[in-house]
Amino acid sequence: MKQSDFLNTVMPFKDKIFRLAKRLLVSTEEAEDATQELFFKLWKNKEKLNEYKSIEAFAMTMTKNYCFDRLKSKQASNLTLVHSNYTEKGASLQKRVELNDSVSLVEKLIDKLPEQQKLIIQLRDIEQYEFEEIAEMLQIKQTAIRVSLSRARKTIREQLIKQHQYGIS
Amino acid sequence: MELANIEKLLEKYENGETTLTEEKELKNYFLSDNVAPHLVEYKALFNYFSTSKNERFTKTIQLKSQKQNWKWLTVAASLILLVSVYTGYQKHQQNKAEKVFNETKMALNMLSGNLHKGTVAIGELQEFETTKNKIFKQFK
Repeated sequence: MKQSDFLNTVMPFKDKIFRLAKRLLVSTEEAEDATQELFFKLWKNKEKLNEYKSIEAFAMTMTKNYCFDRLKSKQASNLTLVHSNYTEKGASLQKRVELNDSVSLVEKLIDKLPEQQKLIIQLRDIEQYEFEEIAEMLQIKQTAIRVSLSRARKTIREQLIKQHQYGIS
Repeated sequence: MELANIEKLLEKYENGETTLTEEKELKNYFLSDNVAPHLVEYKALFNYFSTSKNERFTKTIQLKSQKQNWKWLTVAASLILLVSVYTGYQKHQQNKAEKVFNETKMALNMLSGNLHKGTVAIGELQEFETTKNKIFKQFK
């Protein structure tokens, strides 16, 4: 496989890989590094790529695994700061501004979901993959995906309604 | 689209049972301006889904990793090290040889000087011998 062929097969889903990496790693820089690294890995394994049914699905699986590894090594090496040990009385101005910005609120709500649900929301609701494709990427059953997806959607909806009512009152 | 239908689709959506086309219908409805007031919180959700799909990877992909460069750099560094050690060793050998050469030269000079002294003395002896021979010959 030549470089141009490789780029032609890989370019159509480079943004999807980047967005998935960003969903899991949160920071844009980290996601860019991850995307770069993943494409390099794909390029190194270019001879084997034709063995896969769908290169895109394979790339997404790789992205998922790579990001999980990164998250694991980050957790092992750093202590994360968690600001859950204090509660703020009354919503500060900052917070109210954030609440109005409900699009970024959705992002935060998704960020709070478990990794698996995050992945599924990303793949289904944003990238609009079929359940069959997601099952191939994540190597889990379609029914399990539906269950996770339903849980994630319900959690987001409940939180959104809660925040919405909070904003009005 | 009629509200009842949307509500039915929403329920299906939350159970993870909608197809992609049904989800597209929902998306279109919530991105439009006439969303029913009791469903307004979904607007943010579907808005977010469609905006975040527009995020792009803007950097150019490099297929040669920076790790490769490091590899070459280490090879170059070890080569330089090897060459410098080798030339240093050569220089050292040369210095050592020069020192040995100088020492032997000095020793040989000393030897030759002393030998010279000897030849002078032998010369004197020779002179002594010839005169002695002259004298003793006359007596024979």
